Amino acid sequence: MANVFELTNVSKTYKNDGKEFTALKNVSLEVREGEIFGIIGMSGAGKSTLVRTLNRLEEVTSGSVRFYDEDLAFLNAKQLREVRHSISMIFQSFNLVNQRTVLSNVEQPLKIAGVPRKERREKAKQMLEIVGLLEKADVYPSRLSGGQKQRVAIARALAAEPKVLLCDEATSALDPKITGEILDLLKQINQERKLTIVIITHEMSVVEKICDRVAIIDDGNLAEVGEVTQVFSNPQSKAAKKLVFPSNPFEPSNPGGRVVRLVFDGTQSNVPFIANLVEETGLKVNILSANTRSVGGIGYGQMIVELPDSIDEQNTIISFFEEGGLTVSEVD
Amino acid sequence: MSDYIKEAIVNGIFETFEMTLFASLFSYIVGMPLGVILYATSKGRILQNRIVNGIIGFIVNVARSLPFLILLVLLIPFTRFVVGSSIGTVASIVPLTVGAIPIVARMVESSLNEVNPGIIEAAKSMGASPVYTIIHFIIPEAVPSLLQGGAINIATVLGYSAMAGVIGGGGLGAIALQYGYYRYQKEVLWTTVALLIAMVMIIQEVGIRLSKKTRKN
Repeated sequence: MANVFELTNVSKTYKNDGKEFTALKNVSLEVREGEIFGIIGMSGAGKSTLVRTLNRLEEVTSGSVRFYDEDLAFLNAKQLREVRHSISMIFQSFNLVNQRTVLSNVEQPLKIAGVPRKERREKAKQMLEIVGLLEKADVYPSRLSGGQKQRVAIARALAAEPKVLLCDEATSALDPKITGEILDLLKQINQERKLTIVIITHEMSVVEKICDRVAIIDDGNLAEVGEVTQVFSNPQSKAAKKLVFPSNPFEPSNPGGRVVRLVFDGTQSNVPFIANLVEETGLKVNILSANTRSVGGIGYGQMIVELPDSIDEQNTIISFFEEGGLTVSEVD
Repeated sequence: MSDYIKEAIVNGIFETFEMTLFASLFSYIVGMPLGVILYATSKGRILQNRIVNGIIGFIVNVARSLPFLILLVLLIPFTRFVVGSSIGTVASIVPLTVGAIPIVARMVESSLNEVNPGIIEAAKSMGASPVYTIIHFIIPEAVPSLLQGGAINIATVLGYSAMAGVIGGGGLGAIALQYGYYRYQKEVLWTTVALLIAMVMIIQEVGIRLSKKTRKN
C-alpha cells in the first residue's frame, strides 16, 4: 500500500524572545493509504504541531514531510494551496464561519477550488446528507449543537474530495456519547470512501475505538508507533506504558512485596486464569487492580497482582501465567 | 424664532445630512482598505509585513492625533484644489473625509481583530489564498462588528461637520455658530444642538439594530 505521508526526521523549534522551544524532535513515521492513523500524547507533547506539519500550516525546522512522494517544503504558495485541496482538516473548535449558513460553509472549499455555483450547491447538499444534516442546510451554525457543528465541519472537509482527513482533537469538545457518534461517522467515511484519516487526540478511548495504527508522542519525541492492538497489549516505551496502563491505584498490602502486571491480549480473555492458578497450584495472588478494554472488537485486559513472599512461589506463579500466554512484567 | 431662521435650520439639517453622508462614504472607500491592510500586515496575521504596517500605522496615528480644527485649516489649500473653493457644504466634505479616514481605518482594523483565528486557520487548510481568506472569511465574519463601528464613525463625522462651520462650512454647526453664538440667539443655539444630538442618537440606534440583525452568533 502506498504511503500518504512520509515524515523523515522532522524537527520543529520555535524561537520566541530569544528563547528556543523544541516542539518536535526527529520524528519519522508514515501514514498508509486507507488507514485511520492515531497520534496520541499528553497536552503539550507536540501532536498539534505534528499534524500541522502535514498540511504545512507549520513549517518544519528540519527534516522532510512528503505527501504522496512530494516534499511539501518545495512547493510554492500556489502549489501548496493546490495540495491543500487534497488534505482536509477538522478542528476541536469546529471553526465554522458563524455569519454564513451551514450550506454556504460546506460550499466554501468548492468555491475556493473554483467549482461553479450550481454544481457546488449540489455537492454540498450531498455532503450534508452523508453527515445526516441536510435539513439544517439553511440554518446558521450558532443554532447547532457541538456534535452537529462537527458534522458540518466534516461535510465541509469532505466536499473537496480530499485524499486525507486530518482531525485535530476533533472530539475533545464533545461529550462521550456524541464523541462516539462522530467516531462512528469517521469510521464509516473511512470505509465507504476509502479516505485516509489522521486523528490527533489525548484520549485513549478514541484510538481504541477507530484507529488501525497509532503513534505515541511524548515531549516532542516519537515514543512508539505500531498497530493499535500491539501497542495497547504490549507497550514497549515508558510513555506508551503510562498511557495504556493507568498508574496502580493501590499499594501492595506488604510493603516491598513483589507486584507484577499481567496483560491479556484477547486470545485468552475467556480463560479464568486466577481460578485456574488456585486450583492447579494452590497458590494465591492479591489483585490490586484490573481492567479490560475493547480494541477493534477484541477484548484486552490487564491486571496488577501482588505475589506471595516466597521466591519459589513467585516463580511458579509467573511461569504458570506465562505458559498460559499472558505477558508478565514488573511494575515500577 | 423668525421664519428665515427656521428656513435656515431646515436647510442646515439637509446640509449636515449631505456632509455626513458623503464624508462617511468617501472615508470608508479609503479607510476600509487601509484598515484591512493594517489588520492583514500586523504581526502574526496572514500578510504580515512590518514595513507596510509601520508606514501606514504611522500616517494613521499622526492624522488621528491632529485636532480636527487644525486639520480643517491645514487642508484649506487642498480643499480649494479639489473642489475649487474652501467654503460651503461641498468644500467641508473634503476635510471631513480626510479627518475620518484614520478613524475608520483603526475601527475596521479592530473589528477584524475580533475574528476567531481558528476560522482563518480553517480557510488556510482549505487552500484559500490570503486575499480570498480576507474577502470570504474574515470580512463576512466581522460584518456585525463593522456595522457597529460604522455607526460610531458616522456619528463622529456628524460631530465634526458641526465644527466645519467655523471655517465657512454649512450645516447646523454653522447656524449654531453664526446665529446662536455670534448673535447671542440662545434659542437657535439650543435648537441646533438638540437637532444634532437627535441625529447622532438616530444613527447610533440604526447602527446597533443593523448590527444585531446581522449577528448570527
